[in-house]
Amino acid sequence: MRTILFLMRKEFLQVFRDKATVFQIFFIPVAQLLILTNAATFDIKRTALAVVDEDRSTVSAGLVQRLEGGGRFRIARYQPTTAGIESALLDREVTAVLRIPHGFEEGLVRERHAPVQLQFNAEEGAAAGIVQAAALAVLGDYARELGVTLPRGAAGAMAVGAPLELRTQGWFNPSRNYKHYMVPAILVSLTTIIGLLLTAQNIAREKELGTLDQLNVTPITKGQFITAKLLPFWILSLVIFTMGLMIGKVVFGIPTRGSVPLVFFSAGIYLVVALGIGLWISTFTRTQQQTMFVALFIMLIYLLMSGLFTPVESMPRWAQWMAEVNPVKHFVFIMRAVLVKGAGWETVAKPLAILAAGGVGVLALAVRQYSKQVQ
Amino acid sequence: MSALAIDARGLTRRFGDFTAVDAITFHVAQGEVFGFLGANGAGKTTAMRMLIGLLEPSSGSATVAGYDVVRDAEAVRRNIGYMSQKFSLYDDLTVQENITLYGGIYGLTNAQIAERTRKLLGRIGLEHARKELVRRIPLGWKQQLAFSVALLHQPRIIFLDEPTGGVDPITRRRFWEMIYETAATGTTVLVTTHYLDEAEYCDRLSIMVDGAIAAMGTPGEVKGAFGAASLDEVFLRLTRPGAA
Amino acid sequence: MRSFIGFVRKEAFHILRDKQTFWIMLLMPLVQVLLFGFAVRTDVYDIRLAIVDPAPGPASRALVEQFNASPRFRLMGVYASTAPLEVGFREGTFRQAIVLPSDLDRALVGRAPVPVELVTDAADPNTGSIMQAYASAILQRWHGEQVQRAGGVRLDVAARMRFNPTLASVNLFVPGLIALVLTMVSAMMTSISITREKETGTMEMLLVSPLHPWAIVVGKVVPYVVLGFANVLLVLGAAREVFGMPLRGSITLLLAESLLYILTALALGIVISTRADTQRTAMIAAMAGLLLPTLLLSGFIFPIDSMPAPLRVISNIVPARWFLIIVRGIMVKGAGITTLWQETVILAVQTLVLLVVGARRLAIRLE
Repeated sequence: MRTILFLMRKEFLQVFRDKATVFQIFFIPVAQLLILTNAATFDIKRTALAVVDEDRSTVSAGLVQRLEGGGRFRIARYQPTTAGIESALLDREVTAVLRIPHGFEEGLVRERHAPVQLQFNAEEGAAAGIVQAAALAVLGDYARELGVTLPRGAAGAMAVGAPLELRTQGWFNPSRNYKHYMVPAILVSLTTIIGLLLTAQNIAREKELGTLDQLNVTPITKGQFITAKLLPFWILSLVIFTMGLMIGKVVFGIPTRGSVPLVFFSAGIYLVVALGIGLWISTFTRTQQQTMFVALFIMLIYLLMSGLFTPVESMPRWAQWMAEVNPVKHFVFIMRAVLVKGAGWETVAKPLAILAAGGVGVLALAVRQYSKQVQ
Repeated sequence: MSALAIDARGLTRRFGDFTAVDAITFHVAQGEVFGFLGANGAGKTTAMRMLIGLLEPSSGSATVAGYDVVRDAEAVRRNIGYMSQKFSLYDDLTVQENITLYGGIYGLTNAQIAERTRKLLGRIGLEHARKELVRRIPLGWKQQLAFSVALLHQPRIIFLDEPTGGVDPITRRRFWEMIYETAATGTTVLVTTHYLDEAEYCDRLSIMVDGAIAAMGTPGEVKGAFGAASLDEVFLRLTRPGAA
Repeated sequence: MRSFIGFVRKEAFHILRDKQTFWIMLLMPLVQVLLFGFAVRTDVYDIRLAIVDPAPGPASRALVEQFNASPRFRLMGVYASTAPLEVGFREGTFRQAIVLPSDLDRALVGRAPVPVELVTDAADPNTGSIMQAYASAILQRWHGEQVQRAGGVRLDVAARMRFNPTLASVNLFVPGLIALVLTMVSAMMTSISITREKETGTMEMLLVSPLHPWAIVVGKVVPYVVLGFANVLLVLGAAREVFGMPLRGSITLLLAESLLYILTALALGIVISTRADTQRTAMIAAMAGLLLPTLLLSGFIFPIDSMPAPLRVISNIVPARWFLIIVRGIMVKGAGITTLWQETVILAVQTLVLLVVGARRLAIRLE
């Protein structure tokens, strides 16, 4: 036990003596959390729209007005012909194009329906779907309005059709704020990247410098060694995590409906797994460069295939299974459930058990694979 | 328990097709200063690394302090000190912090650490630099410090891998004085070097060529066996057979 | 010049000798693009939908038909009451539900608004809003038809998704992955290999050699340019063969732009290495500093148009953002240099700025 304390003291001295590293490990998470949390959304805000108004009528002018007034579109171009529209789409000058053909108003008055064309730049995939839904809603509402105000056509129909009142509800998202959803994901990503990197790099560096040999000829046991290499960075990572959580609370107002100690308890277990992976990497790499690449490889898989930023449901079956054994997924689930939904022990028991099993497994692997000998 | 500090029998290490150490057999008595000579790449370091449990032998066996280096590696580690060729104290820690760390690892009490630090620094004249980062002290001192730290837990056997590489002649002289002082307390010293003048200081020595021991004995015996006036001559004859 | 070539050769040998690292650097990007190309996507398929229709009639039947025809939705059932919803949502049987009023057919010909509820599992708010958008688009169309049948006014909307009609994520993500992997690998490779020389002291030896400091840096970078380019070729090949990514524009332009971007990323690595004294600092800067911003601020996953104004401004300094537009433009939209010259100029300027910053720092160090 005393040996471990001596070794831990050494790690702390080494980290805190390196001012550049201290600055990095505290500044990077804070800055990125503050900035990136705002970025992770599909909300649409003032999409750039081009209107090709070939009709130039009162009705077409009204439609343009409704689109602009809704706040979700910005009329970037308004022109009577399609000239230059193709290149505006290609250039990303506009995301959507509405073409109101000649005879639009006349057709509406005479036949109570008339064609319009919408085009979207769909290179960003799903986002285009959201823009489309917003545009259709505006067009639909305007059509109902016209049903009332337009002079009745030859048919003289009295009916106008009832407007649609679409009431949307999002379940399981009590705070209705994407930031509350994203803070845990980004915070955990940052803590993991830094903690895992520091742990993995640490041993690789000692290998490169030759100081590891010096430790290896001492009677330190494997268990002592692994513990002493894990604990300092575990504590540092918990500090980063705590800072981030406070930022989340103060700046982004994420709720703390459930038990905060439960969150920290889970964080403690999760970090053993994450840093344990770092340790395990460093047991089989030889240089810092190699360690770094293996860490990057594992971390990208770890973060991108966890459903943190993209839905797990959209993944193929095999990738969903991979996500099931991904510690990040479970920890972020626990954080979201406890903080935002106020879930208790019962809800998080299963993911917590998976994390604990992962921690034991990865540490056992690291201890087993760590060898005081070369080869 | 054997009275021999080191007893190696047919110790061999292969890396792929390359045999770095080829069935060497030798022994070192307690309290002896034993020199391992050889050109770069002759297998000295590899042999030493097998003895201290950093490298597993491909075949053969060895005991160090009476313990088998493979089966009882942990017991071996408790009884040895090691100073590697590559300087391996932490250069981003201070002199004191390095000493405290290794003291703690070997289970010394705080009082013991304090006392030995004082003695150790006094001996090498480094008291003024106690709080200095190791990175900032001159190489000669660094080497003496590394040697002293390797002795901190008073091991029965100390392994020195080219301890005098790159240091000035005065420090080298000083270093050998330290080696003798250490041996005088009954500690066995195994030292590798490629400085032939240093080899004269050893009680016994072995010359390694291409992984095998080509000559062994006291400096006088070795010179006698080859009918040579100096170890230099012996060495040249062994390494460049055509030349002589 | 000859000593320079010798130096480049030394660097190349350096990379090639460490076989393990070499293969990792060469194959890692390929493996990742393959993995992520399959797994990372934001488009949602197979949305499990429940429709609550207390009074089935022609209008609601038309709606059911429309959802059945959509490839994105899987209709789990039409129910008479909202009773099954609670449990269904909790257990994940349903992810979305539409609740129609009990007097739908009558209400549609009236004047009062027809209340239709659209319930979405928004546990993941981003996926939730995508699912909501898909469903409301279908509802709007359906309602338009119903209104017209009732004698109201209808706009016949012909909507076209240009460049990527199925909204497939692959077309969106493969370029993003290329940018991400190239950034990380290139920036990390240079920054670490330079700081390593600084740490081991071999940099000093190089600096006293007759080689100009710039020649040293360029010499270190050249082999990595080759490696990065090999990465691009492998990844593009995989994108085409495995994911059937279109390549509508010029391949020459695409490769030239990739080369430019590799230079940008390597320049980024040089800047990091001139600031970092240890491999650890370089590593954290390259990995922790670049990974998430490249992922989240480049438009890779989340569209830049959706970000708040200050972030849209910040995203401008992320080189990957511009490279992403270029790659998507060439591959998906078939755009040429006439369309993409602005982005190309921005990338080139960024590269230049990074190189100048790196050079100045290098010069300061030498005094």
